[in-house]
Amino acid sequence: MTVAEDSRVRLAPGVMLRHDRNRGAWMLMAPERVLTLDDTALAVLRACTGPDAPTIGGAIDALAAEYDAPRGEIATDVLELLADLRLKGYLAP
Amino acid sequence: MSCTAADVDAPYAVLAELTHRCPLRCPYCSNPLALDPASRELDTDGWKRVIDQAADAGALQIHFSGGEPCVRRDLEALVAHATAVGLYSNLITSAVLLDAERLARLKAAGLQHVQISLQDVEPEGADRIGGFKGGHARKLEVARAVVEAGLALTINAVLHRHNIERVDDFIDLALELGAGRIEVANVQYYGWGLTNRAALLPTREQLIAMDHAVRARLPSLAGRIVVDYVVPDYYARRPKACMGGWGRRFMNVTPSGRVLPCHAAETIPGLEFETVFDRPLAAIWRDGAAFARYRGTAWMPEPCQSCDRKEQDWGGCRCQALALAGDAAATDPVCELSDAHGTVAELRDRDAAAEVPWRYRGAAG
Ligand code: SF4
Ligand code: SF4
Repeated sequence: MTVAEDSRVRLAPGVMLRHDRNRGAWMLMAPERVLTLDDTALAVLRACTGPDAPTIGGAIDALAAEYDAPRGEIATDVLELLADLRLKGYLAP
Repeated sequence: MSCTAADVDAPYAVLAELTHRCPLRCPYCSNPLALDPASRELDTDGWKRVIDQAADAGALQIHFSGGEPCVRRDLEALVAHATAVGLYSNLITSAVLLDAERLARLKAAGLQHVQISLQDVEPEGADRIGGFKGGHARKLEVARAVVEAGLALTINAVLHRHNIERVDDFIDLALELGAGRIEVANVQYYGWGLTNRAALLPTREQLIAMDHAVRARLPSLAGRIVVDYVVPDYYARRPKACMGGWGRRFMNVTPSGRVLPCHAAETIPGLEFETVFDRPLAAIWRDGAAFARYRGTAWMPEPCQSCDRKEQDWGGCRCQALALAGDAAATDPVCELSDAHGTVAELRDRDAAAEVPWRYRGAAG
C-alpha cells in the first residue's frame, strides 16, 4: 500500500489522537485498540492530519524545515509511517 | 502473589454490561446462566459513578455492552458522561433496537465505534439462531446508518457449526457494509455457549476449511478492513491470552455492579467478587482478591511455570481450565503441554459429532 506525496490523509472513522495524562503519552485511540505514539509519529500525524492539513508533500516540507533535516530522509520516514498506519487501519483508505 | 500494588499497570478498558436484557436469544450468549433482572440493574447515577471510577483507574476505553445496551434509555446520557471524563466509547450491540435518529444522538454524545454482531449472512438462518424475526434485515439497515453517520463500524461474525461455511460471505458482507473492522469470532464455549456446545461446535473439517478461507483472504484485505481472527480454542495447540491476561487489561462490571476480571469469572468457585458499592474500581483493580488471584505468573503450576510462553498467553483461560480440567488453577487444557489436553480432543470430537438441537438463551426479567 503506497501513499503519494500529492495526496492527503485523514484518520479513519473512530480514530482519534489523544493525550493520556496517566501514562504521560500520546496515543491513537481506535476501535478496541490503542497505539502509543513516539515523538516522531506524533509530529508526523500532527503535520499530516486535521481539518487544515496540507498534502503529504506539504507536510514533509514543513517537517524538513522545522527539524532542519534533509527532505529526502524525512520523506522516506513519513511515507513509510503513513503507509504502515494505513495498512493497520488507523488512516482512512 | 508476586504482584504487589506497585507493579500493576492501569486497566486499558472497562466493559460496562449495562443490562442482561436482550430481545435476541442467541444460544451462545456469553451472559451467565443466572441473568440479572432489570430490577437489579445499576441506575443512571450508579453507572455514572462507575464511569468516573473507570477514568480514575486509568482506563482509556469503555465498552457499553450487555445483554443489549440499547434497552437502557439512559445510554445517551452514559455515553455523554464517558466522553466528558475522557473515555473512548464503544457500543457492542445486536443493533435491532437502533435507528438513524438514535445513532445521531449517540454520536452527538461522543460515541466513536459501534460493533454489530451478525448471526449469519442471510435472514433465515440469522433470525433462526438469534431467535428474533426480522433481526437480520434490521441489523444491515443499522450497519449502513452507522457508516453514514461517520462512526466506526465493526462486524462481529459469530461462527459455529451452522454458518461456518459462509465465512467468505461474512467478509464480503462486512466490506459491502463499509465496516472498518471484522471480528471473525468463533463461538466461545462459556455461559450459554457451554450448555449448547454439542449443538454448535464445528467439525474439524469445517474448521480447517474456514481457517484456509480466512488466511487466503488476509493479504488482500490488508488496508481495506482490519481483521481480528483467532483460531478457535478447541482446535488450537496453544491457548490464547484470555482477556489479554487475567487482571492485566480489562475489568468487567455486571448489570448489578459486580466487578469481574472476565465475564465468565463467576463460574469459578471460591473467588470473591467485590461490587461497585464496596470500593472504587481503582482499588478493586489494584488489590481486589479476585483480580490478584490469577494475575501475573506466580500462581501458575507446571508446565506453565517453566514455559517461555508464560508471559504471552498467561497460561490461557481460567474459566476454560475449570470447565475442561475441573480446576481453574490448572494450565488451560487447550495447551498441548497440559496433562488434560486429551480431554479437550475427546469432548470436542464427541460434541462435534452430536446431533442435538440448541437451547435458546433465557430472558432476563
Ligand atoms: S449474544 Fe445474542 S442474546 Fe446474548 S446479548 Fe448478544 S444478541 Fe443478546
Ligand atoms: S504451558 Fe502454559 S504458558 Fe506454556 S504454552 Fe501451555 S498454557 Fe501457555
